[in-house]
Amino acid sequence: MSLDSKIPSGSIEQKWSNHKADIKLVNPANKRKFNIIVVGSGLAGASASATLAELGYNVKTFCFQDSPRRAHSIAAQGGINAAKNYQNDGDSVHRLFYDTVKGGDFRAREANVHRLAEVSVNIIDQCVAQGVPFAREYGGHLANRSFGGAQVSRTFYAKGQTGQQLLLGAYSALSRQIGLGAVKMYPRTEMVELIVVDGHAKGIVVRDLVTGKLSTHMADAVVLGTGGYGNVFFLSTNAKNCNVTATWKAHKKGAFFANPCYTQIHPTCIPVSGDHQSKLTLMSESLRNDGRIWVPKSKGDKRNPADIPESERDYYLERKYPSYGNLSPRDIASRAAKEACDAGLGVGESGQGVYLDFADSIRRLGEPKIRDRYENLFQMYEQITGENPYKQPMRIYPAVHYTMGGLWVDYNLMSNLPGLFVIGEANFSDHGANRLGASALMQGLADGYFILPYTIGNYLAGAGFNSRPSEDHPEAKKALSDAEETTKKFLSIKGKRTVDSFHRELGKLMWDKCGMARNDKGLKEAIAKIPQIREEFWQNVNVPGSGAELNQSLEKAGRVADFLEFGELLCLDALTREESCGGHFREEYQEEGEAKRNDDKFCHATAWEFNGVGKKPTEHREKLEFENVHLATRSYK
Amino acid sequence: MDLKLKVWRQKSGEEKGKIVDYDAKDVSPNMSFLEMLDVVNEDLITKGDDPIAFEHDCREGICGSCNLMINGQAHGPHQGVTSCQLHMRSFKDGDTVYVEPWRAKAFPVIKDLVVDRSAFDRIIQSGGFVSINTGGAPDANALPIPKVDADIAMDAATCIGCGACVASCKNASAMLFVSAKITHLGLLPQGKVEQKERVKKMINAMDKEGFGNCTNQYECEAVCPKSIKRDFIRRMNRDYILS
Repeated sequence: MSLDSKIPSGSIEQKWSNHKADIKLVNPANKRKFNIIVVGSGLAGASASATLAELGYNVKTFCFQDSPRRAHSIAAQGGINAAKNYQNDGDSVHRLFYDTVKGGDFRAREANVHRLAEVSVNIIDQCVAQGVPFAREYGGHLANRSFGGAQVSRTFYAKGQTGQQLLLGAYSALSRQIGLGAVKMYPRTEMVELIVVDGHAKGIVVRDLVTGKLSTHMADAVVLGTGGYGNVFFLSTNAKNCNVTATWKAHKKGAFFANPCYTQIHPTCIPVSGDHQSKLTLMSESLRNDGRIWVPKSKGDKRNPADIPESERDYYLERKYPSYGNLSPRDIASRAAKEACDAGLGVGESGQGVYLDFADSIRRLGEPKIRDRYENLFQMYEQITGENPYKQPMRIYPAVHYTMGGLWVDYNLMSNLPGLFVIGEANFSDHGANRLGASALMQGLADGYFILPYTIGNYLAGAGFNSRPSEDHPEAKKALSDAEETTKKFLSIKGKRTVDSFHRELGKLMWDKCGMARNDKGLKEAIAKIPQIREEFWQNVNVPGSGAELNQSLEKAGRVADFLEFGELLCLDALTREESCGGHFREEYQEEGEAKRNDDKFCHATAWEFNGVGKKPTEHREKLEFENVHLATRSYK
Repeated sequence: MDLKLKVWRQKSGEEKGKIVDYDAKDVSPNMSFLEMLDVVNEDLITKGDDPIAFEHDCREGICGSCNLMINGQAHGPHQGVTSCQLHMRSFKDGDTVYVEPWRAKAFPVIKDLVVDRSAFDRIIQSGGFVSINTGGAPDANALPIPKVDADIAMDAATCIGCGACVASCKNASAMLFVSAKITHLGLLPQGKVEQKERVKKMINAMDKEGFGNCTNQYECEAVCPKSIKRDFIRRMNRDYILS
């Protein structure tokens, strides 16, 4: 089957306007005849749910947390980009588009990225109107700052809690619709199966996480806004409960999974402190605006950082990438840190860390100014490490952060399964092989507020309002009984190992063999090993308790079972892509330590079709055309 | 270090709960409190026991999921810290630590340390928003907002809805939570339009959920992991009278 991206005709600036003018509309009186399911209530899911309900559709929204306000979008710190050019520093829609395509290492779809840059302007207006308290200048106007990968100040922020404030904005819009009865909200409810009828997504099976009850919900369209799969690595900056289950279940029902090997490593996380560690904490990249990154010039220099004179420090980002310096993009900054640590120059007990030093900025701007900009981040760092970053440099190390891969979608954000829409981090479309700072929040809200509400109508208008099957449909019944079987199976194994122990084992393997750097040999080892771990899991996992109660081990078991299948696909994708690009660094393909892309062979998105667990998936390719931002080697020097 | 844990176990909301003793051995000072509980749970599962249910997600102090009474204090001994950001270097070898759920009529226990805080969502649903539909918003800079107002609004908006304020109040009052939202939106011109209606609706919703009243003991402020100020309660009361 061929992948039809449905990119509209016309110049890049006209595509979205033309498309909006062309797509079919649903009459307002008919909108209430359509039921839409939204899974996930982060920036993408909450904004989509609220907007679709405002338009008049019946919306059911599901989240596994106790409240939609807790979705992991809340943890994003630094900011959200928009091409407002309020600073008069030369920004424009075109420049944001250009930076994002280039930042994604030419592996994103141009048309989607341009649309994202266009609507970025509306996002800020929308959020301000909702009461999102963005930072302001004394004149009362919005403040901006610069961010990694950009040479203009286009990032809007709310202290170090931008994700929180944007999510609370979307949550309040959603809450308003819940209060009005236009959205029926199902918190503490997890999607465990997708229902596909005649090739169209028509419903889901969910588990009530308090009572354990499985139930079926049918709809005219299903929207997944379920975030990324970074927790396949066990240690990541994702919230503990982030998972791949919803997208993986959809993949098993026919939706193609695109570019899973594109996992972003964030350069500024707090280093691992021991084997007990359950997750990693990110320090906002905005810190790189005022912090200077360095390591000692000589190996094994264990002196107190204050005692290491300037001449014996290597500010390696400033040295290697003079135009961007400490603000070079995430993949570049991450790899440079790894390189320094691999060369034995790392700092801290484990040697897996580099300094992020604020001493110069404190001298230049004074401590109060730095406190004003980053206080909560500094506090958080001190709580976790017991070290005061005003007095000594922070230690940072890269960690798995965001996943650019996800379910394949066309320009309408619809997967290859008609009726299944995928938004935000859960889809693959906008970031390419790498994501610039402050662009994930932008995509989540763009998809939910301004794109999906238009494009979903096009599908619904075509599908008609009498096409929703009932819960008695054989496919719905089968999905429900499959979910029941899986639950029973987990509880019946009664083995000797905990779910977490399998998750840690998988995660370590993924990080070692398919983390910041990958090679042919390691990937083949991982692909051989993962099925063994999976087999042992199904023989030897111990899930205590019953299925008819709040059972956190059972919840985890379902998610880890899916990671154990998905991890293999991620490694296969990494093995197949014989080039380096963005967050995917294949050691065999580099030039003087810099990632070496191969545009002749790999200028495409890879979309995998599921053929059964343990069976090789079928590879499909969507060729990427770069007509507006010409393919060029990324250089930040 | 080794610790003695005394943990509230309760199979479900319908059944009675009790304190059960556990040993936490070889605890590293670098662990977070939740990581310490993870280790205890791994041990319990391996022994065939039911692990302790507790709520958590981001483990970065921002999602508001975690909610433990640690030695009688919401989120433990430090100010401005969530349970997930409490690290074991705050304890000493041999310490006995009590771990209990939030206690409030409006937050019924679901299991062990997990309580139902959906009452907070219902309060927000009653009016804790600006009624604007998507699209058609004016240019963001068309409405200047004094920095001082924006900063105070931000301080109020930073509430994570964890419920520590309720749990530590002898009346289980939700006034700090509600007043934070009322202050956040009430300070901004966009939110002012509906302010009077909002105050009435949210306070009515709060009463309906069974939260108590404020008697000015300020326990809420003392335990708030985001240092939300009690002054906001004064502002809410004034707005309520004026409404």
